[in-house]
Amino acid sequence: MAYPKDYRYTKEHEWIQVKGNTATVGITDHAQESLGDIVFVELPRVGAQIDAGKSFGTVESVKAVSELYAPASGKVIEINDSLNQAPEAVNKDAHAAWMIKLELSDAKQADALMSADDYEKYVAEEK
Amino acid sequence: MVDFGGWDMPVEYPASGGLVKEHLAVRTGVGMFDVSHMGDILIRGPQALDAVQWISMNDASKLQEGQAHYSALLYPEGTFVDDVIVHKMGQNDYLLVINAGTREKDHSWVRKNVSRFRCHADDVGDYYTQIAIQGPKAEATLQKLTDVDLKQIKNYWFKHGTVCGLMNTLIARTGYTAEDGFEIYVPSDVPTSERVWNEVTEAGKEFGIVPCGLGARNTLRLEGKMALYGHEISDTINVWEANLDRYCKMEKPDFVGRAALEKAKAEGLKRILVGLEAVDRGIPRDGYKVFNQHDHEIGVITSGSPAPFLKKNIALAYVPPAHSEIGHEVFVEIRGQKVKCKVVPTPFYKRSKKV
Repeated sequence: MAYPKDYRYTKEHEWIQVKGNTATVGITDHAQESLGDIVFVELPRVGAQIDAGKSFGTVESVKAVSELYAPASGKVIEINDSLNQAPEAVNKDAHAAWMIKLELSDAKQADALMSADDYEKYVAEEK
Repeated sequence: MVDFGGWDMPVEYPASGGLVKEHLAVRTGVGMFDVSHMGDILIRGPQALDAVQWISMNDASKLQEGQAHYSALLYPEGTFVDDVIVHKMGQNDYLLVINAGTREKDHSWVRKNVSRFRCHADDVGDYYTQIAIQGPKAEATLQKLTDVDLKQIKNYWFKHGTVCGLMNTLIARTGYTAEDGFEIYVPSDVPTSERVWNEVTEAGKEFGIVPCGLGARNTLRLEGKMALYGHEISDTINVWEANLDRYCKMEKPDFVGRAALEKAKAEGLKRILVGLEAVDRGIPRDGYKVFNQHDHEIGVITSGSPAPFLKKNIALAYVPPAHSEIGHEVFVEIRGQKVKCKVVPTPFYKRSKKV
């Protein structure tokens, strides 16, 4: 699956799409593939403050638990509740099945993350 | 791929569709496993039966030729060296199938403990590729490849016959999935192993056969409450705690661990293995702590996972007997939160018996 060019990517395999002062966050296709069948997504509450590089939730597949790391700091303004009922949506299309929306503390913070091309190289090297 | 007792093994086969698909294939159709990592010890000699009786807790004198049973090797403390399947191959000839992770330990332990009997204990694990064919369509799959009438092999019995043109192949109606199925033992050279693997794949195609990895092997055995060494059984857990009483025959001649077990029984149990099901949202997993309603730590999860067929989050845990009653509520700590679980009957999954 192609990595959207307008997203930025972390080494921990999250993506972030920044639009002005807000951002949408999810996990990458590579992440869902290595996790396998996702059965549980635990997200922060709306209003919670999250910090770049720190855990903001967890995603669980049948075989493993994985932390979700914030690509940028900010306040959670929306969470994707539908993942409670249908966590497998992340397996189907990880780049569409977003997890949280943030009001960014610093709109420029995500610029330092990897581009789609860099991330693709990063994943290829990791394999 | 992960390292498993020195073996490079797949957790799942992405081409199969992954763990859940593999698990469901075994419950509803057929799946195949490369279980060559399992160890094999042959005990042969005029006193083979006496030796097997001394080193294992089940009563091997009850076995007929061609029959197998679940048993365990115990330390003098009544705790586990390993669990094993004992096959009676002949009058003075027993095959013990053991775990990969404990192979060297088991073998040296067996050699030491059978030394006073007139018999040999040989590690023959390297000679065999062991393939498990499991699921309601396992019989139909394997039947295409053998001249042995598989219907004649009852659960936990075995026969020798031609499989994929290989004469004198051991075919056992055993497995680790809580499903009907077979395990076959073929020569371990690569061309033969690959050929048999491919022929089984081809034979099972019409039933949707998929190769299954360690992940599905674990979730399948967990649904069936089959013990895993290092989890439900170990060198610090005894037979009564592990709830394996029915495989331990105290009336048979003396065996290693018996005296300690007698003493442990008289003293009463401090903990016992129970099945848990999560009531609240959350997945109890290996190593998570178990608490009572007053927030006191009472035990630990030995294995826990989402159960792909049952579609529940299930676990096995050691708790004090006072907390072992069916329906009893306990709390499992998951990332700082206490998630309510209840004690449920086990095995979690039991296949319907064929008429």
